[in-house]
Amino acid sequence: MILTLAYGAILLSLASACFALLQTRFTAMVFLLLGLSGALAIAAGIGELLDQTVLVDNLKLGLPWQTWKIRFDGLSAFFFLIIGIAVFAVSFYAPHYTHNEQKNPASFAVLSLFTGLFIAGMMLVLLADDAFMFMIAWELMSVASYFLVAFQHENSANRRAAFLYLLMAEVGALLIILAFGVVASFADGFTFDALRASQISTTWMSIAFVLALMGFGMKAGLVPIHVWLPEAHPVAPSHISALMSGVMLKVALYGLIRFCFDLLPEVHWQWGVVLLIVGTVSALSGILYAMMQQNLKRLLAYSSVENIGIIVMVLGLSMIFLANNHKELAALGLLAALFHAFNHALFKNLLFLGAGMIHHQTHELNIDMLGGLIKRMPKTSVIFLIGCMSISSLPLFNGFVSEWLAFQTALQVGVLDNGVLRSLIPVSAAALALTAALAAACFVKVFGLIFLGVPRSRHAEKAQEIKSFGMLAAPAMLAGLCFFFGIFPSVMLDFLGGVTNHILDAALPQTSVLTPLWLAPVSMQQASYSPLLILVSVLITALILFFVLHGKGATKARIAPTWDCGFGALSPRMQYTSSAFTMPLRRIFATVFLIDEKVEKTMRENTKLNVADVRYSLHIQDHSWVHVYQPIERGVNRVAKQVGRIQTGNIRTYIGYSLATLILLLWVVSL
Amino acid sequence: MNWTIAIFQTVLFVALAPLLAGFLKFCKCRLQNRRSPSFSQPYRDLLKLTRKQPVISQDASWLFCVAPYIIFTMMILAATVIPLIAVDMPTSESADVIVLVGFFAFARFFLALAGLDIGTAFGGMGSSREMTISSLAEPAMLMAVFTITMTASNTDLSGAIHHILNEGATLHPSFVFALFALILVAVAETGRIPVDNPTTHLELTMIHEAMILEYSGRHLALIEWASQLKLMLYGVLIANLFFPWGIAQSFTIGALSFALVALVLKLIVLSVFLALAETVVAKMRLFRVQEYLGFAYLLGLLGMLSHIILESTR
Repeated sequence: MILTLAYGAILLSLASACFALLQTRFTAMVFLLLGLSGALAIAAGIGELLDQTVLVDNLKLGLPWQTWKIRFDGLSAFFFLIIGIAVFAVSFYAPHYTHNEQKNPASFAVLSLFTGLFIAGMMLVLLADDAFMFMIAWELMSVASYFLVAFQHENSANRRAAFLYLLMAEVGALLIILAFGVVASFADGFTFDALRASQISTTWMSIAFVLALMGFGMKAGLVPIHVWLPEAHPVAPSHISALMSGVMLKVALYGLIRFCFDLLPEVHWQWGVVLLIVGTVSALSGILYAMMQQNLKRLLAYSSVENIGIIVMVLGLSMIFLANNHKELAALGLLAALFHAFNHALFKNLLFLGAGMIHHQTHELNIDMLGGLIKRMPKTSVIFLIGCMSISSLPLFNGFVSEWLAFQTALQVGVLDNGVLRSLIPVSAAALALTAALAAACFVKVFGLIFLGVPRSRHAEKAQEIKSFGMLAAPAMLAGLCFFFGIFPSVMLDFLGGVTNHILDAALPQTSVLTPLWLAPVSMQQASYSPLLILVSVLITALILFFVLHGKGATKARIAPTWDCGFGALSPRMQYTSSAFTMPLRRIFATVFLIDEKVEKTMRENTKLNVADVRYSLHIQDHSWVHVYQPIERGVNRVAKQVGRIQTGNIRTYIGYSLATLILLLWVVSL
Repeated sequence: MNWTIAIFQTVLFVALAPLLAGFLKFCKCRLQNRRSPSFSQPYRDLLKLTRKQPVISQDASWLFCVAPYIIFTMMILAATVIPLIAVDMPTSESADVIVLVGFFAFARFFLALAGLDIGTAFGGMGSSREMTISSLAEPAMLMAVFTITMTASNTDLSGAIHHILNEGATLHPSFVFALFALILVAVAETGRIPVDNPTTHLELTMIHEAMILEYSGRHLALIEWASQLKLMLYGVLIANLFFPWGIAQSFTIGALSFALVALVLKLIVLSVFLALAETVVAKMRLFRVQEYLGFAYLLGLLGMLSHIILESTR
């Protein structure tokens, strides 16, 4: 029954893709099918999470001797739920958002076709139970999303971004195939069951782990192999970036978790250390780069790098505990990581949809050109504010709960025997604290400069609230979920307890309490958090304050012009801009960035003091471009040139090559 | 009964905060050979502000008016978590020390947004600097606090205090590091010299004052009170976490009043030290602050490492 729902979700998204090809006038049908697909995926996910029995099936598709093995367990169901929520929200949002594309049937057909294929691909990845099917679904997801990134291909920068994305996706896929191949060579077959039973040596297992980490990490956006993210996310339509950032990165994490925790027969603490370090570096550099961005969607893309980093870091913790035989703490770590993945899917989806709304109304994504939207788009601003508060991990919102759980996991380090680990983990916990604090600074900048203050451009000044119900309802629903899971995290944590139990074969610590009222991951005596009680006390305190100060005797506030220090005429240009806001941090963390800052002054009448005109330009580049990518690119070019030498263009030489190859092969065969 | 005491303790916290600010001012004035206003001056100021008509900028949005309430509420919630005169309050279970840091972050988030809301250069400047400094201070604070919580293997403040009381007066090297780290962070977070100067209105040095420049009337009263409360929160946190002796472990009148006397003495000592430091030390340049906070972080890290290497039983 549950599996039928899951199949239904996939078929409906494929149906939506096919329907788009018909190019009829009923474009609403495309989104209706997509919405139903999302709803079915949610139902399938929740059903399986409640039930927690492993469902297997064998579809007679694909090659005759290699049929598709299907397996739907708690972990798949959890990620299925994430996809379902995102697709459901997007199906409400997209009809109005894409109304310009709908005028051109051909381009709309392309967009919807690949959206449907992309979603179906992601869902199939989660259902796959053998490496073949996994890779086919993975490629469907990657290639379909390439076409979505390249959708606005009129612009050459977009084509370049899309090509970079495709390149990284394919190199990543190659590494994943190799990782599967390494394990499969010690196993009998490519099914996941065979891989689980493989008799693989520790060395080869470590090689497989590194390959998988690089392959899945490339898709998920771990530093330093994250560069496609900030290029590809801004150029795709916003609802697609929401799906890519909110969901596709999670599918990559699913792959990593499935491969490391489920398929490989055992884990080693050294791998955990690798994940911990890679995650910490990704989290910190992700948020620092995010802070420096002016383009809202680029900023959000870098912030995804940060959040994926946090998740990988907590996975590393979990792995360290697992390898040291503290299974209950490993379960806690995995729980925290999965919950953060869920939360990130919610608020990142919300923020990308919000970015789309801002772009739709102002045709502007540059933070420095916006401002004052809180008065012009009041509903959007409240929704976006909730997203910003969740991602800044403020108490009462969902992002806080998962970071709190991550801290609690890290603080259990005392049980470990290894002194190096015991000092390394607190340092990464402090890095997590720094990341969270920087994220708050970053999203103060985002919300403050976009929605508050005075408009910095005519577009922002003329902006109007969104009229379409669906376009507001989708992010509003996500905002509601962010708040709901911030107050009642136990709803999701209960589900996740079952998932970790199944994957790690270990339950949470026996004394842990995860009820709607209390959260105490280890025991009630050690640490507890009660979002509901805090919410109630916030409401009571705020009400008392309000009635005391706003009661009958209170004077009404007077509205007056802003104080201008007596100089007169404040202008919007006097406000802090994005680069001004982040200047102190840019200076403090100067070594993290490649900063190219220029101030050009033109002087009046050849004097030294009388400045006529100042031009300021700031360009910040990612270290990994210059130090990882460009050397690789140069190397590839050099090798290609060397190889090019044997291509003389002379047909007789080529015949000679063929003959030589033939003789060589004959010799090999005769051995 | 427990709840009554918890509420009483919170009210006491909120009510005493201006007094602490007044006493601090008294100490500073005496050290600088000035005559001081009476201890009750902060109360009179707050009362005056609540009576005045607030003036709101025409460019401000609803967020500007709501922010003071949110900030004050968050400080009150923080006051429910930190044990003032007694441990094991029912309210302190609802949040541990990480949530406490979260409350401060929540208040700061809205304060910084309010600074950006009016669209002046001053507001933006204050917000930018505040977020920079706090994002460096937060990890240092957590590092210092984690040292204590790892010793007690407990992130609830009540539990940690219990652990220290039960252990008796043993000297932990890690606690010394953590104490200094937390003091440095507290000075930075409450906007005192040498990081920020609460009495200045000079644009080169303003941080906290720059953000609240446009506030007036009851809104300003709430923000002022909240920052006095924040000072007291940090003071009590340091006093009761590192020197918990005297705090009431049972809810009898005798124990509670003894705890109150002990607390007053601890706070007097702390504020004399703070006033002394503020008189002796000069305010530092904004771009020296990261070295200062980096030092605090380093102290916290040393505390953590010395706990792991020297003190833990394994």
